Amino acid sequence: MLPLPPFERLAPSTLAEVVALLEQHGDDAAVIAGGTDLLPNMKQGLLAPRRLVSVARVASLRGVQVKREAGVIRVGAMTTLDAVTRDPSLSSAARALVEAARAVGGPHHRRMGTLGGNLCLDTRCRYYNQSHFWRSALGFCLKKDGSECHVVRGGRRCVAAASNDCAAAVIALGATLGLLGPAGPRELSARDFYTADGVRNVALRPGELVTHVDVPVVEGRASAYEKLRLRGAIDFPLLSVAARADVTGGVIRDLDVVVSALAARPRRVRGAALGVGAAAADLPIDSIAEAALAECAPLANVDGDVAWRREMVPVLVTRALGRLFAGG
Amino acid sequence: MSRARGDVRFCDDLVLPRALHAKLVRSPHAHARVRAVDPSRALALPGVVAVLDGGALPGAFGILPWTPDELALAHDVARFVGDAVAAVAATDERTAWEAARLVDVEYEPLPAVTTLDAAIARPDVGLGAKGRDNVSKAVDLAFGDVDGALARADVVERGDYFFEGSAHAPIETHVAAAQLDGGGLLTVWSSTQVPHYLHRELSRVLELSPARIRVIQPPVGGAFGGKSEPFGHELVVAKLALVTGRAVKILLSREEEFYVHRGRHPMRMSLTLGARRDGGLTAIDVRTDIDGGAYSSFGLVTTYYSGQLLAMPTAAETYRFSSTRYFTNKPPCGPKRGHGSVQPRFALEVALDKLAERLRLDPIELRRRNAVSPHSTSVNGMRITSCGYLECLAKVEEASGWRARRGKLGRGRGLGVASSAYISGTNYPIYPNELPQSAVQLKVDRSGVVTIFNGASEIGQGTDTLLATLVADELGLELGCVRVVSADTDLCPVDLGAYSSRGTLMNGNACLMAARAVRERLAEVASEALGCAPGRLVFARGLVCSSDDPSRSLPTDEVIRMAEARHGTLGATGWYKTPPGLGGAYRGGTIGASPAYSFTAHVAEVAVDEATGVVTVVKVWCAHDCGRALCPTLVENQIEGSVYMGVAEALFEGHQVDERGLHLGPNLLDYRIPTSLDVPDIEPFIVESHDPEGPLGAKEAGEGPLHSSIPAVANAIHDAVGVRLDALPFSPSRVREALRRRA
Repeated sequence: MLPLPPFERLAPSTLAEVVALLEQHGDDAAVIAGGTDLLPNMKQGLLAPRRLVSVARVASLRGVQVKREAGVIRVGAMTTLDAVTRDPSLSSAARALVEAARAVGGPHHRRMGTLGGNLCLDTRCRYYNQSHFWRSALGFCLKKDGSECHVVRGGRRCVAAASNDCAAAVIALGATLGLLGPAGPRELSARDFYTADGVRNVALRPGELVTHVDVPVVEGRASAYEKLRLRGAIDFPLLSVAARADVTGGVIRDLDVVVSALAARPRRVRGAALGVGAAAADLPIDSIAEAALAECAPLANVDGDVAWRREMVPVLVTRALGRLFAGG
Repeated sequence: MSRARGDVRFCDDLVLPRALHAKLVRSPHAHARVRAVDPSRALALPGVVAVLDGGALPGAFGILPWTPDELALAHDVARFVGDAVAAVAATDERTAWEAARLVDVEYEPLPAVTTLDAAIARPDVGLGAKGRDNVSKAVDLAFGDVDGALARADVVERGDYFFEGSAHAPIETHVAAAQLDGGGLLTVWSSTQVPHYLHRELSRVLELSPARIRVIQPPVGGAFGGKSEPFGHELVVAKLALVTGRAVKILLSREEEFYVHRGRHPMRMSLTLGARRDGGLTAIDVRTDIDGGAYSSFGLVTTYYSGQLLAMPTAAETYRFSSTRYFTNKPPCGPKRGHGSVQPRFALEVALDKLAERLRLDPIELRRRNAVSPHSTSVNGMRITSCGYLECLAKVEEASGWRARRGKLGRGRGLGVASSAYISGTNYPIYPNELPQSAVQLKVDRSGVVTIFNGASEIGQGTDTLLATLVADELGLELGCVRVVSADTDLCPVDLGAYSSRGTLMNGNACLMAARAVRERLAEVASEALGCAPGRLVFARGLVCSSDDPSRSLPTDEVIRMAEARHGTLGATGWYKTPPGLGGAYRGGTIGASPAYSFTAHVAEVAVDEATGVVTVVKVWCAHDCGRALCPTLVENQIEGSVYMGVAEALFEGHQVDERGLHLGPNLLDYRIPTSLDVPDIEPFIVESHDPEGPLGAKEAGEGPLHSSIPAVANAIHDAVGVRLDALPFSPSRVREALRRRA
């Protein structure tokens, strides 16, 4: 069996201790939440932190709380994906997030894996998520140990794919992430959390971790998540779409469509603006789907035929938008 | 049951005192000369005990005596990415892995061929036996005047087909362990399907008398043909045990499992059918290019099987096939459930569907009109005994509501049919000999417990249960009073292994012979004690009684003691030898010959999402003629498992290697096998044709029910959306492409 590299596990019970440990050990340490992604990646030699700082014992990171005065639902970063799928307040206010969480891996992954972990998931690529032997036979790649990109020949920037189901959902829902680091707490819109750098596509500063996600509760809101995959479970997305509309008096006040699993950064479709001001019953789905196709180009970074993945952009957008007001 | 309870101890559960762990160093090049192996950095790592290179195990080996072309560790040329070139043994697994990376191997890369086209176009790469081309084996056989029949045919249907290679993906990867005792006996444990062949090859390559080697096969966690030949890592742990004097174990990683491979060969087929207007088939003509990967494995047999098993159950008056297996610089292909015949079966059954459409005939009716008969001989000389083919077709036709529903399910939903035949073991063994193919010994204990010492390999298919059931039924014992000890070359007589669907027929016959010998002894004493003719005795539920007056009875264990008192310790041996003279009277005519053939028909129902191209197999009805179901639950399980595997290959699986020779997803995330959500509803039907060659009439059930599941899905897709899928797998992008072509 692939052995794990040796590491020391530290399991403090307070956030302050977690942050202190991360600061103290710097690049030598990594945060472990559910570990469903981190440990396989360590086995493949993609990273070898000498210390894993577990947040399993930090009680304040768990649970879902409705904060009426702030108009948000606060989801602790250590809330399992399974708990997200079962939360009644989220299922009415943030259906896209619940559907996204339900689409992650299999039941075991969702009971181990956490929302914070999924949001911080390392980008994935068919040339990266492989064993050391395999990557050595390839000649390595610029995300890890090498200098060449095998997806975009001659490419200088890593285009590994954002493969976290929940990322597109929290962006579409306009959620805010709560972060904590050596310099104290800060808030960052989910829209600004991801960068186009496939090597590290999150805006976390050294020693910083995600503590919670605030999902806005908005009257007249509908949302949905669609995932392209070949099997009914386990698979990472070959393409994903989250859509959210806020409706007042039958008219769409705000609309967001986010497409992911393209490259490192989930993409907000500009063409979503075509739907703003339209009657909910008359949403110009075809035009928005067409705009999405023009804006989104999947790369050969994950498996599955690229032309087919691109062809599926308008199909998934149409399905997500079509379900917004369909109830089902 | 022990598997369900979690009691089973697999090979990796074996804990040997002070055992070392071994790890193989593998070539990162598709084709390269191995210039030098320098172990010094690895040996300097604390915990490393030994490093071997190819010089330690110079003897070539292979499952077929005609093509021994593998080395445990390549010492001249590495022929694919993942070919083993050196081995390390260390005190723990992690150290072994680290040490493997410290073995410095100097390679000189050579030109490589990684596709069929390249293998054909670049004979100069010279992977063939004489280095002049890349050919592994070529077979051309013709039965009747095929060209004449095609020239005279009313309809000729010609098509090109491609079957993507696939892997076995057993949940248990390969594991082996070895230990040398103080008396000089080498014991090797391995998750193998063929302990007997492993025993032979260990002796040959290690140059050690077979009397000094014991092979034990613990219960296997899935094999499907992927463990049916000796492997380099088995020889390596044995050699390391001899060299170090310590026990040594190796567990292959999931990635290595894809390199060791022996999966289904990719095949490219051109198939032509000729028919009369009334649907009578006059010719089947197939040309097949086979991608063999780096080594021979069973390739010679695979090449024959790609044609020999296609002449039934839907038969033409003339038949011809021409198959060529090429070596490529990729993981070696071998036998996977339905060895060599699943691929051409796909082509033929889809072609039959096309032909039926052109003839405006129901495809089931087309098959009926051309069905082989019981007690007949196929056009290529194979003797057919029992044949429940028509009943199989009738079962699935009725159960699926074929007549009322086909073509009427609405857009995106459809039904498809296909059928097939398969062997119940090969009539001739892998190495020519006159010895029994299978044998058991029975030990009859005075406590009333009977132990079967059985050479056959339990790999999850249920041979142990089958034998216990046969003995329990024959001697009237409760199943709990029969124990089975299997696949240990010191304890059990030879059986050739769990492959070619030979277990039920061969092992079953051997066991029945032994059980009947014991029963005769018991009947003798019981008939005297009960005053009843031996022929009137009934053995059931732990009793021996008179069928004329069931109140006159004796407990079986009492009868055993009486027989032991009279004859001394009771026991018996049983063996099975295949019938003489089977097969065609031509070179290669012995391959494909079997004592009996099974028959299968499938109907699949699919739903096709035209927007995405995603195919969902909703339901599969499968009727299988297994002669007689000795353990009906096991037969149904085999049908279900076969359909599961077939649908997986139809929809998901592709063992893809790129032009560099790199496997494009040597893990179970990228190499997709279905989850429980992706499995269709399966309705199995057992058809019993009572074969005269089988034990109590039984034939095989483990491989036949896979074959036609795949073309049934292809034909159902055509019924649903009107497009043909002539290449596997039926991925959404392929379906979308076909839909675009139609539009």
